[in-house]
Amino acid sequence: MSMIPFLIGFPVLLAAILFLIRKEDLRGYMVYAGAGVIMLITVIFIMQWIFDGSETWMLYPSTELPDHLIAAGDIFLMGLILYMSLKYKRPLPAILSIVQTVLMLYVESTAKIAEGPHIMVDWFTILMCIIIAFIGGFICIYTVGYMKGYHNNHTDVRDRQPFFFAMLFLFLGAMFGLVFSQSLIWMYFFWEVTSVISFLMIGYTKTEEAINNSFNALWMNLLGGLGFAVAIAWMCLVNGTAQLQDVLTAGSEIPLICLALAGLTKSAQLPFSTWLLGAMVAPTPSSALLHSATMVKAGVYLLLRISPALEGNTTGMIVSSIGGFTFIAASMMAIAQNDGKKVLAFSTISNLGLIVGCAGIGVEETVWAAIFLVIFHSVSKSMLFQSVGAAENTLHSRDIEDMHGLIIRVPKLAYIMGIGIAGMYLAPFGMLISKWVALKAFVDSGNFILVLFIAYGSATTMFYWTKWLAKLLCYHIPRDTVKDVTLKDEYVSMFFHAAVMLLLCLFLPLVASWLVNPIVQELFGNATSVLSMSVLTTMAIMLVSIFIVPVVMFFISRSSHRDLVPIYMNGINKGDNRYFVNSFGEDEHLYLSNWYLRFEFGRRHLRIPSIILAAAVLIVGFCIVIGGAI
Amino acid sequence: MIKLFFVLAYLILSPLIGGLLDGADRILSARMQRRKGPGILQPFYDLRKLFSKEMIAVNNVQLLLNLSYLVILVIAGSMLFAGEDLLMVLFILSTADMFLIMSASSDSSPYANMGASREMLQMMAYEPMTLLIAVGFYLTTGSFHVSDIIAADHSAIIWMPGLLVGFLFTSAIKFRKSPFDLSTSHHAHQEMVKGITTEMSGITLAIMNIAEYYEMVLLYGIFFLFFVNSTWWSWIIALIACAVIFFLEVLWDNVSARVKWKTLLYSCWSVTLVAGGVNILILMLDK
Repeated sequence: MSMIPFLIGFPVLLAAILFLIRKEDLRGYMVYAGAGVIMLITVIFIMQWIFDGSETWMLYPSTELPDHLIAAGDIFLMGLILYMSLKYKRPLPAILSIVQTVLMLYVESTAKIAEGPHIMVDWFTILMCIIIAFIGGFICIYTVGYMKGYHNNHTDVRDRQPFFFAMLFLFLGAMFGLVFSQSLIWMYFFWEVTSVISFLMIGYTKTEEAINNSFNALWMNLLGGLGFAVAIAWMCLVNGTAQLQDVLTAGSEIPLICLALAGLTKSAQLPFSTWLLGAMVAPTPSSALLHSATMVKAGVYLLLRISPALEGNTTGMIVSSIGGFTFIAASMMAIAQNDGKKVLAFSTISNLGLIVGCAGIGVEETVWAAIFLVIFHSVSKSMLFQSVGAAENTLHSRDIEDMHGLIIRVPKLAYIMGIGIAGMYLAPFGMLISKWVALKAFVDSGNFILVLFIAYGSATTMFYWTKWLAKLLCYHIPRDTVKDVTLKDEYVSMFFHAAVMLLLCLFLPLVASWLVNPIVQELFGNATSVLSMSVLTTMAIMLVSIFIVPVVMFFISRSSHRDLVPIYMNGINKGDNRYFVNSFGEDEHLYLSNWYLRFEFGRRHLRIPSIILAAAVLIVGFCIVIGGAI
Repeated sequence: MIKLFFVLAYLILSPLIGGLLDGADRILSARMQRRKGPGILQPFYDLRKLFSKEMIAVNNVQLLLNLSYLVILVIAGSMLFAGEDLLMVLFILSTADMFLIMSASSDSSPYANMGASREMLQMMAYEPMTLLIAVGFYLTTGSFHVSDIIAADHSAIIWMPGLLVGFLFTSAIKFRKSPFDLSTSHHAHQEMVKGITTEMSGITLAIMNIAEYYEMVLLYGIFFLFFVNSTWWSWIIALIACAVIFFLEVLWDNVSARVKWKTLLYSCWSVTLVAGGVNILILMLDK
C-alpha cells in the first residue's frame, strides 16, 4: 500500500534529480534506471493487488497533511501560471487560473465535506497504471536516444534536456496521481499539473510558434480545469461530498456536464482540438507521451469513469455527439495532411472522438469498446510517434512524401511504422473488434447520427492510413542512401511496442476476459460480459488467420522463379525506373505523389465550420442542462 | 455440415461461376454494342493463357501481395457462405482490398500508382454504404449473422429497399463497371492504361482475375441476402433477382461514360446518405 505514494512520488523525485544532472551519459543511465524501477514497482504493485483478491481498494480516508500540501500545490500552480502569463502578456490563462483556484480554496475552506477515501484502486486504475508505466516508461527510454539526434538536427534550439526529462517524469507522476485519486480535489490538482506540464513541454523550443501554441494549450486546458472546479464546488456545496463515485449518483447533471467539459478539453475534442495540433512543435517524445500514455488519456479516463451516469441524458447526448462528430471531422481533415505528425495528431483526435462517443452512450458495450480502443490506441500511437520521430532524425523530414519507399531505405522503421498503422485500422488487429462492438452498440442505443458518423468516418479513416501505408511499401531504387541514425534505445522501445501490438492481437480474448470485462463489470456493477468468450475466440482466430496469410504467401511466392523487368512509364524507361524519355527526347524524372484532396478536405475549409458547430452543440447543451437544473 | 457444403461450394464453384458470368457479361455487352463478341468460355481461355506465360515481374513482392489479396478475399467469402458475421465479412473484405492497393503501389509505377490512389478513393466512396447494409440487416433481422438473416420469416428487401438501391448504385464500383471504373477497367478506353493492373502480368494477373471472380460471387451473395427468407421458393426468387441485377450492371456499364472522381465520391456518398441513411432512420424509428 505504501507503493501508491511511491509510484506518485518516485517519478517526481527523479524529475528533481534529472533537473540537476547536466552530464548526458549519467542522465541517460538515470532515465533507464528510473523507467525500469517504475515498471518494476508497477508490476509488483499489481501482483500484490491481484494476490490480495483483486478487490477494489479504498484507501486513505482521512488525510490532513496531504490535503494541505495539495492546497499549497494549487496555489503554487496558480503562481506559476500568473508568472508565465505576465511574462508573455497573456491575460486569459491568468484569469482562468485565478478564478478556479480561488473557487477551489473557498470551497475547501467553507464547505462541509464528508470524509471519504482519497485513493481508489480497481481494474480500470490498474489498466491505466500499466499504460502509464510501460508505454510512458518506454517513451522515456526512447527519449534519451531521440534527444541526441534532435539536437544534432536542430542546432538553433537551445539544449534544455534536463528540463525536458524532468517534465517527462513529472508527467508520469502526475498521471499516477490522477488515476489513483478518488477524491475530486486530489484529482483536480493532478489534472492541473498535467495541464501545466504539457504547457511547459510544448514551449520547449521557445520559438514564437511554440509559445503561442503552448498558451493555446494552456487556456483550453484551464477552461476544462474551470469546469472541473465548478463541478467540485457544486458537489461540495450541494451534496456535501467530493468523491468521484458520488458524482454518478448525485442526480444532478450540472457536475456531470462540467466534468464532461473538462474531459472534452483534455482529450482535445472539437471545438478544443487545436491545442493538440499545436502541441507538435515540441520534440516528438512529448507528442508521443501526450497522445498515448498521458494527457489525452486522462481526458477519456475521466469521461469513462462518469460514463455510466451519462446513459440517456442530455450530457450523454452532448458528449456522444461531439465525440462522433470529432471522429468524422478530424478523419476528414487528416486526409489533407502530408506532415506525418499532423496526420497522427488528427488521427488521435479522431480516434479519441470514437472513444468519447462510446463513453457518451454509457452502456456496457460501448464502454467495453472504448476501453479496447484506449488500449490499442495507446500502443499504436506511441509506436507511430516514435517511428516518425526516428524517421525525421534520419531523413531530416517528416513529410509522408519523403517516406516513399522507406521499406527499402530504412526497413526497420518502415516495419514498425507499418505495424503501427495496421494496428490503427486493419483487420488482424483488435481496433476492428472495438469498432464492430461500437457500431452494434450505437445501433442498439438507437443513435442514428452516430451510426452515420461511424460509417462515413471509417471510410475516411481508411483512406488516409492506406495511402500512408502504400507510400511506405513502394519498392524503388532510392536516389541516395540514407544512414539510419536511430539509436539502440530508440529501437528497444519501438520493438517493445511492436511486440506488444502483435501480442495484444494474438491474445485478444484473454485481454478481454482478464482485463476489459472486469473493468466494465466494476463500472456498471453487474456480471454480464459483452461478447461471449466463444464469439471472441472465433473472431480472434479468424483475424489471426488473416495475419498469417501474407507470411505464408511470402514463402510460397519466394520459391517461384521470375525475371525482373522495368516498369511501364509511357515514355522510354531509362532502365532504373526513375527517369523516362519525354516527348522532347529529354530525360524526365518520375515523381509520384499521394492524393491529398486539399481543396475538398483541407483544414482551411473544414476547421472553422466544425469548430463553430461543435461549440454550438456544447453551448446549447450547457444551456439546456443549466436551464433544466434551475 | 451444411455450412461446410456451402463453403466448399463457394471455394470450388466461385471461379467457375465468376468466369461464366464474366463470359456472359462479354456476350451481353457485345450484343448491346451490336457485335458478335467472344464465346462464353473466353475468360477461361484467357486464364489458361495467363498461367502459361513466362514469369516476369517488376518486383519481388507483387505476387505475394496478390496472393494475400486472393486468400483474404476467399476467407471473407467463406465466412459469408458459412453463415458468419456479415459486418466482419465486410471488414475483412476491405482488408483484402488493402492488399491489392499495396500490390499496385509497390511497384512505383506511375499508372499503377494512380490506379491505386483511385482504388483508395473508390473504397472511401463505397465503404459507408456497405457498413449501413450490415446495420440494415441487423435492424431487420436482429443479427449480423448470415445464418440468422437467411432464416428470417420475411425477406429483408421489404424493410430495406433504400439500402438495395444504394447498394446497386455503389456496387458498380466493386464490379469495376462504368461509370465508376476509375481504378481499372474491363474496357480498352481507360485513360491511364490498365490502372492498378498495369504492372501485373502472367500468373500475378491471373490471380488478380480469380480474386475478382471470388469477389463477384461474394457480392452477389450479399444481394442474395436481400431476397432470401426461410421459405424454399425465396431462394429461386433471390437467384432470379441476382440475374436481373447482373443484367442491370451490364446495362449500366454500357450506357454510361466514366465520371470524374469528385462525381464518384459525392454521388456515392449522397446516395448512401439519402437512400441508405433514410432507410436506416426509418428502421431505427420503427424497431
